[in-house]
Amino acid sequence: MTPTVAAQKTGAIEQTGGIEQAAWTLPDRGRVGVLCLITTEFAIFSIFVVAYVFYIGKSLSGPTPSQVLELPIWATICLLSSSVTVGIAERALKGNRIQQFQLWTGATILLGLEFLRNTAVEWRHLINDFHLTITTNLFGTTFYSLVGLHASHVVVGLTLLLLSLVLGLRGSMQGQSRRFELLSWYWHFVDAVWVAVFTVVYVIGR
Amino acid sequence: MPSRLHEWIVTVDHKRLGILYIATSLFFFAVAGVLAALMRIQLAVPNSTFLPPDVFNRLFTMHGTTMVFLVGMPFFAGLANYLTPLMIGARDMAFPRLNAFGYWIFLFGGILLYSSYVAGEGLAGHGTAPDVGWFAYAPLTERAFSRGTSTDYWILSIILMGIGTTASAINVIATIISMRCKGMTLARMPLFVWLMLVVSSMVLFALPPLTAGQVMLLLDRFLGAHFFDTQAGGSAVLWQHFFWVFGHPEVYILMLPGFACASEIIPVFSRKPMFGRPAMIGATIGIGMLSSGVWAHHMFSVGMTASSNIYFAVASMAVGIPTGIKIFNWLGTMYGGKIRFDTPMLFCIGFLFQFLIAGLTGVMLAVAPFDWQVTDSYFVVAHFHYVLLGGLLFTLFGALYYWFPKATGKMLNETLGKWHFWLLVIGFHLTFDTLHFAGMLGMPRRIYTYAPGRGWEGLNLIASIGVIFQAAGVACLVWNIIRSLRKGKPAGNDPWDAWTSSGRRRRRPLNTTLRSCPKCVAAGPCGI
Repeated sequence: MTPTVAAQKTGAIEQTGGIEQAAWTLPDRGRVGVLCLITTEFAIFSIFVVAYVFYIGKSLSGPTPSQVLELPIWATICLLSSSVTVGIAERALKGNRIQQFQLWTGATILLGLEFLRNTAVEWRHLINDFHLTITTNLFGTTFYSLVGLHASHVVVGLTLLLLSLVLGLRGSMQGQSRRFELLSWYWHFVDAVWVAVFTVVYVIGR
Repeated sequence: MPSRLHEWIVTVDHKRLGILYIATSLFFFAVAGVLAALMRIQLAVPNSTFLPPDVFNRLFTMHGTTMVFLVGMPFFAGLANYLTPLMIGARDMAFPRLNAFGYWIFLFGGILLYSSYVAGEGLAGHGTAPDVGWFAYAPLTERAFSRGTSTDYWILSIILMGIGTTASAINVIATIISMRCKGMTLARMPLFVWLMLVVSSMVLFALPPLTAGQVMLLLDRFLGAHFFDTQAGGSAVLWQHFFWVFGHPEVYILMLPGFACASEIIPVFSRKPMFGRPAMIGATIGIGMLSSGVWAHHMFSVGMTASSNIYFAVASMAVGIPTGIKIFNWLGTMYGGKIRFDTPMLFCIGFLFQFLIAGLTGVMLAVAPFDWQVTDSYFVVAHFHYVLLGGLLFTLFGALYYWFPKATGKMLNETLGKWHFWLLVIGFHLTFDTLHFAGMLGMPRRIYTYAPGRGWEGLNLIASIGVIFQAAGVACLVWNIIRSLRKGKPAGNDPWDAWTSSGRRRRRPLNTTLRSCPKCVAAGPCGI
């Protein structure tokens, strides 16, 4: 562990005996902040998942999930593997291998975009062929809001990744591995949420 | 002068933002007080025609929303901002710009809420301010029943204030965990900071259900979704669950900072260190955890299963245990101490008495069958005003008198302070003691008027007279602040002869920050 910003600013560690002999290290504030952010996001998703589960099978009219939903296997593979690529990109940045960082960040963005494309195709299919919209029934209401909430988080993550890529191409990402690490945590979180959404919407709820 | 204003607007300094929060909170407190006074004028006599019913509905909605989101939350965001870095020896909050963002988004939310009076189709004759009550039960908030845009103002402003509060909480947690000065272990941290850490952690879990519920409501209202639309199979009870999963921890989120202030003030004015400090910390964490599992005691009359009723009744009563521990902590601190009855201490003693009674009526209300009898009556109104006014507001005023010298360099006047205290105590008890009895006699809350002959007239008249005393007390405070800012007694470095971290440290001018980090070598009373 590196000394914290606060500890660095105070200068050297004093050797005056007792507890002062030990190095004074505290968790990094950025990490704490992002973990807190992820905690509240987790709570928001929990509420939407609860609403989804609460309303399973309570729609007064069709279509029902089993009639219209298909397992989004390809999209899931894309999103989960993007967690791997963002991890590789993060390591590359830590090792100051900027070109590799650019490559793997680019791959992450493409995988994320492919996931969003799949969602868009699925929604178009549902809307045009099954006439399922957010107003149709409780299934439509909870499905579009939960999957849409997740997709909006993917969009936020992609925007930040794109920003990192642009900064990387302009050569401004050296020494920013700590910040990129926080972004990767967010991206892992978005992926983990998808596992929950996938399980609830496409496996349990179908 | 414009440049000074500019400095305040662009500031990211935790002390300035703290003062901005507290000043805003006091302003909205005055506004909410006026709303409450209007309601008490209306209810003073039976069959009153002072206010029409729709205006009355708007008044209680705005009063509740304002007191919770625009007075209680920001006052303690302000205290946390101002004091936490000072107490833990940090230069500023962990994220100063996020801090400024939190304040301005909160203020924007408040302005948005109040702009509904003129913008929510108010000038066109119908609509105007929200009238759905502070917990806005569905499906009354759906398009079909809540026409116009007033409810949307309510939803959007609460989402904004929620974002501001969450940002502020994240900041406080990161500051406390990552920015403590050398040697300040968690065991040595001041109690105030401990309690702020617990409160902020609760915010992380408590605010999201509210935000999520509000987003669902917006989807219902604007995109035709059916979350709370009972005609399409949606559930009105689900809204109640989501709201109270937020709403009950929220009560403790409001109350714990009050405990934090009392825990700083009572030891100083008893000339004794805090009695049972570890028990206090443990009880606080216990309250934080228990309070997230008791929300449905607000919903006994909904018709839950018997086992749910039993669980929520028992869990709610269990909250009384850690809360009781705290009361004994404070009493034990005062016991055998050389108590000085300065204004901050007077407010804390008032808080102890009143909060105890509030807790006792709380345990009464936790008994489900009793709750069925008095739910939605003035007994409930009196109970939560005992908590939030008799408990929270008293510690809030105590904190104001205690830390005002620190922030401004001027003492508040003691004589005016004592007038403020005694007028408020008399007014408070006139108003809210009597309302318990009105509730027991069956007076429902939220009625805009009542017929004579039910035994409510005398009680309501006394309650309304109490408001005059309370208003006079608050007027003393306002005059005291204005007067002391101009020509108050200079405070010096340690106005209360305190030994706590915030009291003992030299007062710093507003525009400088800590140059070097202090070092903490021992716990509690001998702190920094």
